Amino acid sequence: MSAHVSTITTSVKSKDRAQNEPAVVRWLLIAVALIFLALFLALPLAAVFSQAFEKGLSVYLDALREADTMSSIKLTLITAAFCVPLNLFFGVTAAWAIAKFTFPGKNLLITLIDLPFSVSPVISGLIYVLIFGLQGWIGPWLQDHDIKIVFAVPGIILATIFVTFPFVARELIPLMEAQGREEEEAALVLGATGLQTFLRVTLPNVKWGIIYGVILCNARAMGEFGAVSVVSGHIRGMTNTVPLHVEILYNEYNYTAAFAVASLLAFLALITLVVKTIAEWKVRQQLENH
Amino acid sequence: MKLFKRHNNVLPGFGITLGFTIFYLSVIVLIPLSALVFRTMGLTWGEFISTVTAPRVMASYKVTFGAALIAALINAVFGVLVAWVLVRYKFPGRKIVDALVDLPFALPTAVAGITLATIYSSNGWVGRYLEPLGIKIAFTPLGITLAMTFIGLPFVVRTVQPVIEEIEVELEEAAVCLGANRWQTLTRVIFPMLFPSILTGFALSFARGVGEYGSIIFIAGNMPMVSEITPLLIITKLEQFDYRGATAIACVMLLISFLMLLVVNLLQKWSRRYAD
Repeated sequence: MSAHVSTITTSVKSKDRAQNEPAVVRWLLIAVALIFLALFLALPLAAVFSQAFEKGLSVYLDALREADTMSSIKLTLITAAFCVPLNLFFGVTAAWAIAKFTFPGKNLLITLIDLPFSVSPVISGLIYVLIFGLQGWIGPWLQDHDIKIVFAVPGIILATIFVTFPFVARELIPLMEAQGREEEEAALVLGATGLQTFLRVTLPNVKWGIIYGVILCNARAMGEFGAVSVVSGHIRGMTNTVPLHVEILYNEYNYTAAFAVASLLAFLALITLVVKTIAEWKVRQQLENH
Repeated sequence: MKLFKRHNNVLPGFGITLGFTIFYLSVIVLIPLSALVFRTMGLTWGEFISTVTAPRVMASYKVTFGAALIAALINAVFGVLVAWVLVRYKFPGRKIVDALVDLPFALPTAVAGITLATIYSSNGWVGRYLEPLGIKIAFTPLGITLAMTFIGLPFVVRTVQPVIEEIEVELEEAAVCLGANRWQTLTRVIFPMLFPSILTGFALSFARGVGEYGSIIFIAGNMPMVSEITPLLIITKLEQFDYRGATAIACVMLLISFLMLLVVNLLQKWSRRYAD
């Protein structure tokens, strides 16, 4: 027994020596890392809320109650209501095809799905102007039929779909690949239909992965600025999303109102981080149990 | 259909899901992106070259790529440090700090932009202490670098972190047994293992910085030739109805992001060269 204990202590000691820097170095590194993060992450976050409440709660609430703010919130919610379900449906479909089957060109397909992440947001907006704008491919036809896409709500939705395109798919593909096909095959052998198999076997297995993808997709859909800025036309109360409204208020030197509206987005970001952390933890747990 | 042999796969729905995936990808991503390329091809070669090499455009490349390079370097150094500290050391609040690293992904860029501009302006929280020292960040190229550092921060941390988690204790023990001191173990054993992921994170952070718009325009000052980034120049051209100019410059940017994507893919392949 005592011999056993002493082996453990030696192994802990040697692990300590092999894996750890001296305490002074350790605390120094922690301090430098934390100062860096405090300066770059915590400070901006604190500044948003501090600026928003600088003139008190009533000014803050008035800024949020303003008609243009309300309409920008409405437009942002509408945009997310289109983008998130569409990209969720696409993500699940793509992950099923890519993760559960083998076919040539699979890696190319994955790279193409990731493409919107490497395109500048400004270009993401520009491409829709080039197609639907007045000088665009089908712009003149659209004008003849009195259909507005760019500088109107449909353009904002399209550009947002583009920038949030990969979120769900890129989260689900590796997760579904890691889980393999055995469970689905067993369900089919036991007589389940394809849809039953998907709903009762696959879906519960990837539930947290879907939540992870959806929350990130939603955060970006509600917060996108560059792409939406190009296609919006900036019509107050009509084609202004919340981030665009923040820009307008800021450029009018209405800082308190700008930060009040921005604080809504910062709050959304915090919720996103919390849900994301939980989902990440659950996914890890599920993979380990698998 | 010989091409799509099903390898004894009994799962249903391959045709319809793959079909929808390719359809949706084409409608949302591929066709719109190809519009950019086709529109650029409408220009003559001479027009194209003179547009994308005009002095103001060249100056914007210099600002954009220069700032992105410096930001990515800062992130490479501090990102590795943060990842190391988060994986290897225990300290109170570690989980919260870990979650907070993703803030730049979650915080809308416009919010980040106005906040950074406010903090670093001459009477802001940090700016007021830098001003007497003669350091101006807001409305200078330095501000651009700062904003790019902010938005690129999670990339290096998140690519390096899992690699550090997977380092096997035995490797470090072996190094110690063979007589290496801690510094030697770190520089000769651990760093080479992390290097591909550091490069990947660096490339991702750089690529993000080059394309970034929202968080930069508020802090940049946006002076032509001095602090004007290329994405802003594209928007300026669009607002002046110079569609050809905007398209040509955007095409150059797109080409560069494809190149970066290729580099990242190759790097990832290289980093996994021992995995299989």
